[in-house]
Amino acid sequence: MKVLIKLFATFRNERFKQEEKDLPPGTTIRQVVAQLEIAEEALGMVMLNGRHTPLDQELSEGDTLSLFPLVGGG
Amino acid sequence: MNKIYRVNMTDLTTSVEDCPAEWAGLGGRGLTSAIVAAEVPPACHPLGPNNKLVFAPGLLTGTPAANSGRLSAGAKSPLTGTIKESNAGGSAAQLFARLDIKALIIEGQPKEDAWYKLALSKDGVKIEKETALVGKGNFAVVEAVQAQKGKKTGVISIGPAGEWRMKAANISVMDPDGKLRSHGRGGLGAVMGAKKIKYITVDGEGAPAVKIADPEKFKTAARTFAKALLDHPVSGEGLPTYGTNILINVLNEAGGLPTKNFRYGQFEGHDKISGETMHDIITARGGKTKHGCHAGCIIQCSQEYVDTSGVYVTSGFEYETIWGFGANCCIDNLDHIAEADHLMDDIGIDSIESAVIMGVAMEAGILPWGDGPGVNRLLREEIGKGTPLGRILGNGAAEVGVAYGLTRVPVVKGQGIPAYDPRSVKGIGITYATSTMGADHTAGYSVATNILKVGGDVDPLKKEGQVELSRNLQIATAAVDSTGLCLFVAFPVLDIPEALTAIVEMLNARFGLSLTGDDVTALGTSILKTEHAFNQAAGFTNAHDRLPEFFATEPVPPHNVVWDFTDAEIDEFWNF
Repeated sequence: MKVLIKLFATFRNERFKQEEKDLPPGTTIRQVVAQLEIAEEALGMVMLNGRHTPLDQELSEGDTLSLFPLVGGG
Repeated sequence: MNKIYRVNMTDLTTSVEDCPAEWAGLGGRGLTSAIVAAEVPPACHPLGPNNKLVFAPGLLTGTPAANSGRLSAGAKSPLTGTIKESNAGGSAAQLFARLDIKALIIEGQPKEDAWYKLALSKDGVKIEKETALVGKGNFAVVEAVQAQKGKKTGVISIGPAGEWRMKAANISVMDPDGKLRSHGRGGLGAVMGAKKIKYITVDGEGAPAVKIADPEKFKTAARTFAKALLDHPVSGEGLPTYGTNILINVLNEAGGLPTKNFRYGQFEGHDKISGETMHDIITARGGKTKHGCHAGCIIQCSQEYVDTSGVYVTSGFEYETIWGFGANCCIDNLDHIAEADHLMDDIGIDSIESAVIMGVAMEAGILPWGDGPGVNRLLREEIGKGTPLGRILGNGAAEVGVAYGLTRVPVVKGQGIPAYDPRSVKGIGITYATSTMGADHTAGYSVATNILKVGGDVDPLKKEGQVELSRNLQIATAAVDSTGLCLFVAFPVLDIPEALTAIVEMLNARFGLSLTGDDVTALGTSILKTEHAFNQAAGFTNAHDRLPEFFATEPVPPHNVVWDFTDAEIDEFWNF
């Protein structure tokens, strides 16, 4: 299944801005985070199709997964 | 100890008095709001002689506490008609504290058509006539003061927008690099203009260091506090690297980035104006990605944005400005927005209100969506020259909406709604609706918990928990705004318990007190209630705590949600 992965802020360093990945059915967000070698404690926001989502969520065809470190502003 | 300076512009006299006991424990917003509530008739005209303009440094300002250099300005707002506090960085607050000035209260109004300047120093405050700089922009004022009095003298000034008493006019404060920070919101520059004061200088020559009751205890607490700021990923890494503009991509992904005057929650051109892109542009052009707005700032969320030749364009280039001229006006060119930021600093007009003004101006057909050079022409040639159209624009988004007969006018109590859509970030919608200041994201930044997941987790698309969240944050914010600490200390404070303890310990060590965390909460509660009571006496009721109708009837993509709070649910806010 095809999933669009978007990375932001420092997560882009030495990785990518966005890439479409072909993943096996049943892949969870946690597995993607591990493959990207992002430490779970470094995660700030995990959004699946624009909604905050737990790491155990399985991905589906056509999903957009967005990963942010803890950031803020205002 | 702790002087209150009064300047009466009606008879051009000044006086100094000891701070009365009931105000001794107050600073910053707590003090400006207490003074305005006690001395300004709530029904008065904000531009008339009965309004007062108050400046006060925070309780910790002038000490070595990190990020404690904020100055509060307070008055009845010409934009909202409510009580108003607006705070800014820059050098002036720390000079106030060193001169032992608890507050400066400017009252009355000159009878003759002449302009004045105020000079604060260890010898007191003087009123002098001013002619040379009248009609000039803020940068010319700073340059002239620096040439005459040196670079260490603090400057507080208004640009032409303030002179013309435009309701979106701000008050500028010079920063340590001779650039500008702003008391942006609420049109306080128009109040200063109505007092006929072009600028104020603050001379710290000969002023002693701020006295601290227990220096050792203070040093220990200040170290713990600074460590918390540097250890937290938001204040220690994200803000110094990307500035507040890191939020463009965050809000775009969450569907809460107001686009095309609040039609959509996502902007196609978001990446071109994002914090990540801005960081890369500044780095490639040789600008500065980190910059503090006052001495002792260790977060350094400001920056120096430069042009393709490496020449300075603007600093303090904030997410709200970039959102507002960017997504809100469909402009995807950072250079155009940076030029707008520079123009607004010089003219002396609030960049958030101006952003909402430009969105409404495009709604009105005054210029096409996405026209970056067009908005800069409106700033330079219309608002900056005080033309009839410029006067309509400069009086705020609500006035533009009235002049052009529009319904999609994003304001609450007359003040433009900032950079988060209240339909898809519902917690901030409650703050916009209920804040004593009109629509103001900084009054209770529910975005932290709704979107950024700092200090807890409340679903941004659901109503549950939002009123309580906004209330708790508004109380905490009122207290932080009284300390003189930058509001961004709230990120570590929400996540690291030692940070809050350190703030309380610094207050105790500074004044020889034994406050607890509960006392700080009680201070915040008391400030909100004082401000709310002023607004009620000025004629405001719960019926003013409402968002514009279109938010309830127009679903915002991509989540296609509406503002669905009942009036009774919103009114629960004040039950404390």
